[in-house]
Amino acid sequence: MVVLRKDLRLELRTWETLPAMVLFALVTFVIFHFGLNRTTISGQLAAGVLTVTVLFAAMLGINRLFVAEREQGGFDAFLLAPVDRTTMLVAKSAGLFLFLCVLEVVAVPAFALFLLGPPLGPALPGLLVVLVLANLGLSVIGTLVSAIAVHTRARDLIGPLLGLPLLVPALIATARAAGPLLAASHRASGPPGKWLLILALYDVVFGLLAYAVFDFLLED
Amino acid sequence: MFFYAPLDADQGFTQKIFYIHVPLAIVSLGGFIFGGLLAIGYLRTGDRAWDMRSYVAIHMALIFGVGALITGSIWAKASWGHWWVWNEPTLVSFLIVLLLFATYQPLRFSIEDPERQSRYASVFAVVAGAFVPLNYLAVNLATAYVHPRVLTLTGAKLPPSMGLTFAVALVGIALLYVTLWKYEMAAKNARSQVRRLRRTLLGDDGVRPVGRSAAPS
Repeated sequence: MVVLRKDLRLELRTWETLPAMVLFALVTFVIFHFGLNRTTISGQLAAGVLTVTVLFAAMLGINRLFVAEREQGGFDAFLLAPVDRTTMLVAKSAGLFLFLCVLEVVAVPAFALFLLGPPLGPALPGLLVVLVLANLGLSVIGTLVSAIAVHTRARDLIGPLLGLPLLVPALIATARAAGPLLAASHRASGPPGKWLLILALYDVVFGLLAYAVFDFLLED
Repeated sequence: MFFYAPLDADQGFTQKIFYIHVPLAIVSLGGFIFGGLLAIGYLRTGDRAWDMRSYVAIHMALIFGVGALITGSIWAKASWGHWWVWNEPTLVSFLIVLLLFATYQPLRFSIEDPERQSRYASVFAVVAGAFVPLNYLAVNLATAYVHPRVLTLTGAKLPPSMGLTFAVALVGIALLYVTLWKYEMAAKNARSQVRRLRRTLLGDDGVRPVGRSAAPS
């Protein structure tokens, strides 16, 4: 809890990571607009654009996640403290989860404004569920990958290199679950259960896995 | 393989590559999971011999995986007419797994402290090993089947003579993997023993310093 509060306070004072993520997402929408040469998009394409943008913006946050700890000796301080090591995992992924939620609060309306053809309103509840599940997966995997990458020499390189393939199943499930919600016609009332189930399963499995192995990443 | 098994009614001779491609892919995936299990051994005991085993297992599985990808492409060109087919879950998920494990070597290479290298690589191997089946599940559900399902839960849908040939090929490739793994382990162990002997006999100056490498030394 203290680690989480420290991270949030640091972010509130310096505004280092979160604005960068939001700006990055907005710029990506503009690039998609020109890259696809479309004024509005819908359905699976829209879901894909949204998912990829969130993923890449999350990568920025993931790269920064442990940098402050490393540069200012936070790891040592944490190891001296009489707490279980997995609290670091929980705190860091909770922080990343909150960052992602804030990012989406800005990025999703901007997406609807810039690119999305059909109105956002009816899709919002379903999209909320999908994005929360996706954020869970992103934050757990992101924390794990970031903890591995932060001690390597080329950490900005290793992070995305490890993270992207690991996140591919979550990416597929998110895009597929959000696709029918954003369709122009024959809009589904809720996200397809199959994909939500896969996303949830992915979150649970990697949550447990990260919980099991995270201890080893802090032993120093 | 060439004379015993009957010619495929539809594809003729090109179908023979099936006996190499499919076992290569299966053994490579098995090797990745095997590497993950060995990495658990390292994390439990802290003995670097386990890390060496895990490293060699993943290294070999990567080579087998590239082999499977190449033979698969050749077969796909011959029977489907394309080198690569995106709407085919088995191909795509295999590619994702291969890309993931391709980062294993750069990861090792960019960590200098050997202790830490072993530990982080092991953590990665465990996570990635668990990722293999989950990835299969996700990608398989994402698209329809194009690969013929010859090995289903209800039994192989092959004529007996083909099934026998396939089984023999699978066992053969698996044994090749095990042999190469043991051979590489022996080579690595011998090299480290030679280094140790030289050091005791010639003193520290007699041994060239190890350059940074991805392999555990």
